[in-house]
Amino acid sequence: MPPVDMAQVTLRIGARTILSDVGLTVPAGAFVGMLGPNGAGKSSLIRAILGVVPVSAGRIAVFGRPVGRGNHDIGYLPQFPARSAPRLDGRSFIAAALHGERWGLPCDWRPGRHRRHDAMEIDRVLDLVGAMHLARRPIDHLSGGERQRLLLAQALLGRPRLLLLDEPLASLDPHRAREVVALVDRIRRQLGIAVLFSTHDLNPLLGVMDRVLYVGRGAARLGTVDEVVTSPVLSALYGVPVEVIRANGRIFVVADGVVQS
Amino acid sequence: MFAFEFMRHAFAATGIVAILSGLVGYFMVLRGESFAGHALSHVGFAGATGALLVGMPPFWGLMGATVLAGVAMGLGGRGTTQGRDVTIGLVLSCMLGCGLLFLHFLTTSATRATALLFGNVLGVDRAMLGWLLVLGAGCVLAMAALSRPLLFASLQPETAEARGVNLRLVSTVFLAIVAVVTAECVQITGVLLVFALMVGPAATAQRLTATPGWGIVLSVLLAIGAGWGGLALSWWTDCPASFWISALSTVAYLAAGAWRFTERGAGADPA
Repeated sequence: MPPVDMAQVTLRIGARTILSDVGLTVPAGAFVGMLGPNGAGKSSLIRAILGVVPVSAGRIAVFGRPVGRGNHDIGYLPQFPARSAPRLDGRSFIAAALHGERWGLPCDWRPGRHRRHDAMEIDRVLDLVGAMHLARRPIDHLSGGERQRLLLAQALLGRPRLLLLDEPLASLDPHRAREVVALVDRIRRQLGIAVLFSTHDLNPLLGVMDRVLYVGRGAARLGTVDEVVTSPVLSALYGVPVEVIRANGRIFVVADGVVQS
Repeated sequence: MFAFEFMRHAFAATGIVAILSGLVGYFMVLRGESFAGHALSHVGFAGATGALLVGMPPFWGLMGATVLAGVAMGLGGRGTTQGRDVTIGLVLSCMLGCGLLFLHFLTTSATRATALLFGNVLGVDRAMLGWLLVLGAGCVLAMAALSRPLLFASLQPETAEARGVNLRLVSTVFLAIVAVVTAECVQITGVLLVFALMVGPAATAQRLTATPGWGIVLSVLLAIGAGWGGLALSWWTDCPASFWISALSTVAYLAAGAWRFTERGAGADPA
């Protein structure tokens, strides 16, 4: 069963139409970079796959099952997650997310066997992202990249088979951005899971992602980098003439209006 | 000082309220909702004076008003009350104004007003103590069931929502609990000083420890320390207990800040 299968999906948020009649399939184990202008609805699409916002028409299936909140096959890293960072250490932050949807006392306050089991799961995800050394430090002392690592660890709790990462590179410098991309790719290969990674700059993902999902003006297009990131396809998606310039292994997407302004 | 029944009652009532305030206050501070308790107590003031006006016990007027307002805040909010300080501020001044109006129509207003505004811990009788205990136990049980999703929703609302946490339900139930605890706290510190027990100790605890478990334990202990310490100091100095409670709470908060400052300076923290 494919990680994400969309058929004739129309997605409206308020008066805006994010997608209209879109069908696409994310193949197993793929690293999909999701691109699109700001406000195109990348976050909304991710929230639709999570089942938080309903689709207006059509059907989205995750591993063959209809979407719905509380799907443990999905790990999620939300956009702009750091409000005023709490005075908590990294481990407590991750522990709060472990089975955090159930009623009762927080996981790490329960005695005995459950506690050891939970502690092992937290160790596992911290180890996966190489953040063991961050576990005991307060989050408000960490850098943006270090916080992003903890959030990625949190997304890996419960062994999901699909990671939805919403703008994890926002507010990171290019060097840190490359590090986060490499880390995500290593984890994807190690665990054999699929990744949907939204970003507004595709350059840090080049050489790592094997599919591009371009979202814009109600349409979406999934394909390889060479298929999607071309002047004709992007011009159609943006509705204005778009030039794609390739230089030194980097790709620059230049919209006409932007160049002149 | 324990030879007098009113002092034994005062210590017992303060202990119950301090435990609740420390526990609930920890989450209020974590969620950035510390102002909510303050606003609720002002709504409670209008409720209590309104109850007096129609000849009902003020405690139940207070409780009814705070719980109604808490539930309304929870249902009307987006699962969080952050960034609504103007609304909260306006509502609380309006409610204080209503309370003043109700007092104006009452003839015995002066002592009643002072007791409501600044607390009357020495006036807690056996019946009130029983109610504080029963309602307090209810709040502790509710928190035991709510604490896990509440912690998750407070730290990572988007992820919690995706995992199936009903943010609005969690927020509303929590604010209802805050409302009950606020009404209890008013009995000790009065409407104007609930911050001293509900927010001060919790904020101090969050300066001192970075895990929620220890944070809550510390918050409760600090609240008990401020409450009982304030009572004892009031006994020895013959000054109002509410003054000493708010003073101790503030001193602890500032001292924790100073301690953290020196810690940070001493440790070679690159962040």
